[in-house]
Amino acid sequence: MTLLKYSSGQFFPSIAEGQVEVALHEWRENPQVHADATALVISNDENLADLVCDISGFDTVVLEYPSFLDGRAFSQARILRERLHYSGEIRARGDVLRDQIAFMVRCGINGFEFADGAASATEAVAEFTNAYQAGVDEAAPIWRQRHRRARAA
Amino acid sequence: MYRYDEFDATMVAERNAQFRGQIARRLSGELTEEQFKPLRLMNGLYLQLHAYMLRVAIPYGTLSSRQMRRLAYVARKYDKGYGHFTTRQNIQYNWPALVDVPDIFDDLAQDELHAIQTSGNCIRNVTADQYAGAAADEVEDPRPYAEMIRQWSTLHPEFSWLPRKFKIAVTGAENDRSAIRVHDIGLRLHKNDEGDFGFEVIVGGGMGRTPFIGHTIREFLPREYLLSYLEAILRVYNLQGRRDNLYKARIKILVNAKGAEEFRDLVEAEWRAIKKSEIDLPVEERARIKAYFAPPEFEDLHDESVALNERLASSSEFARWRRTNCANHKIPGYAIANISLKPIGGIPGDASDAQMDAIADLAEKYSFDEIRVSHEQNLVLPHVKKDDLFAVWTALVKHELATPNIGLASDIIACPGLDYCKLANTRSIPIAQKISERFADFDDQESLGELKIKISGCINACGHHHVGHIGILGVDKRGEEFYQITLGGSGAEDAALGEIVGRGLSADNVVDAVAKLIEHYRQARQDKERFLDTYRRLGADNFKEALNDAA
Ligand code: SF4
Repeated sequence: MTLLKYSSGQFFPSIAEGQVEVALHEWRENPQVHADATALVISNDENLADLVCDISGFDTVVLEYPSFLDGRAFSQARILRERLHYSGEIRARGDVLRDQIAFMVRCGINGFEFADGAASATEAVAEFTNAYQAGVDEAAPIWRQRHRRARAA
Repeated sequence: MYRYDEFDATMVAERNAQFRGQIARRLSGELTEEQFKPLRLMNGLYLQLHAYMLRVAIPYGTLSSRQMRRLAYVARKYDKGYGHFTTRQNIQYNWPALVDVPDIFDDLAQDELHAIQTSGNCIRNVTADQYAGAAADEVEDPRPYAEMIRQWSTLHPEFSWLPRKFKIAVTGAENDRSAIRVHDIGLRLHKNDEGDFGFEVIVGGGMGRTPFIGHTIREFLPREYLLSYLEAILRVYNLQGRRDNLYKARIKILVNAKGAEEFRDLVEAEWRAIKKSEIDLPVEERARIKAYFAPPEFEDLHDESVALNERLASSSEFARWRRTNCANHKIPGYAIANISLKPIGGIPGDASDAQMDAIADLAEKYSFDEIRVSHEQNLVLPHVKKDDLFAVWTALVKHELATPNIGLASDIIACPGLDYCKLANTRSIPIAQKISERFADFDDQESLGELKIKISGCINACGHHHVGHIGILGVDKRGEEFYQITLGGSGAEDAALGEIVGRGLSADNVVDAVAKLIEHYRQARQDKERFLDTYRRLGADNFKEALNDAA
């Protein structure tokens, strides 16, 4: 398993930094005991809409893909980025398919525990030039590009 | 009609290139069948009983002549010379070879066609009223909104791995021709007292083994918020829909487990949180899309057509077709012409390549280049001058496309059943053929009036039996094929689920039983009452008795 990090269209292999992990429910019950934890592991049945505590102190939030068919973490990632304004690393763990990485990036995930290498992941996110929807990434949705172009013309 | 700009074209081309790569990775063994399966499904490719089946999207059931010719070409070149129009306004090819699929996609893309999200646990190709932009009872054209939904849902980064498939239907008319109350989300465009347009939002309807009529969770959603509201519904579903049991994974189960009110509260809370974000399209993009659906250049005509009246007087067969297969158009002097794909004894929804080409020619000549597909598996020429109806009919007769039975007893919906489908308990198509032959007499059919018979080969209900006035469900009893009758269903604005009557019947007996039920209706009917109305007036027991007496 390689750990990959994503930034502006590129994936880089990275060394797992020996983070101290804690599960969300354990940390919520007793934050003092877990004061040294650096990575928060959120299982995919956690309801983040109810999350009132401040998670900005964690370097990493880990989201889980128990099976590549289970897409709950896509929504969790967007909520973390767009509603809770979490700006650290969001890492996908589990059964991650190459063909899902582009979607993950668009939902704000930027760390991947992924069997294939960085080259394969970089290729996968380059498969589509544009997207119809606004995502968490920097790409402008197609409708915005259309109207930028129309105004420039 | 909507036309692709370079963004749309690039999207489809890149999707095709991606799928070509996925097929290559499957063939090289890099992808397991388990990993490949959801990827091919999201590109419309199924593995059926005998072969692969490819489902090509016809977004909201709208085709140009060029596109219809392309579908005919694919049928000819890669299949056995025919295609099958489906209850979701798409077309299926039953015999493509896997190695040909990338080339088929490239061919389709030349005319802005694709198979994106026609299957899989994602937001499926959106459906709409087949009379959109033409119907006399239309409040507003739903197609621009359907196109907005198409773009928004295409490769949605968050909602491509849902608990289960997700179907959205939209109408802008008073009469519901899109079965919006039996969809995951049904949208009804209407005008409120202030004169503003918005959507009634209906969630959690569906058929399958646990059928539900959908719940209205919002009476009026201002139309500019359509996409953010859909996003809120999908997010609640993606996070909270069940993933532990395939049969409980549809949104209808979630809505009914929580109760419609609690579900609505969750959606509304989510919506308030995301409403002001970049999901909803700005006014200029909505205007851009809408402009594609501007009405064609209709002529200024008298509503009465002298030419039509003369033909009606001289040909009783044409007059019948005009009564049964044409609907009122919103513009004086025009009509909506339905093309029945239900010839007596034929396979519901099938069309040959030659028929498709002929229909394309007719649309080009007489219907502003437009063709529609209905969820009842028929085709429509939406804008025909009344003056031209006779010429259209004459050409349709030549191509065996003029069966005068729209909405009548032989206009049957049937799923592919055991002839093609690997989940089937029973055959559906032969039952449809037998019933159709039994009621072949057109005078008889017409006198019976509207009668919707729908047949599914198993509990998955692809043939919509739950909402048939008469529904027929195939069940397996110790390895034998049996059929269960349901009565009183409707997929229209008076939506209801049918009730099971009587016991399972053999293939021969089920056709007799349907005949008995119809005979009973004929006796009991008051005035011009429809079968459904007589059934509702007299109740299930009355019809059950009639069935038992007969047996
Ligand atoms: S209803 Fe059953 S038999 Fe018919 S197509 Fe659907 S899954 Fe197949």
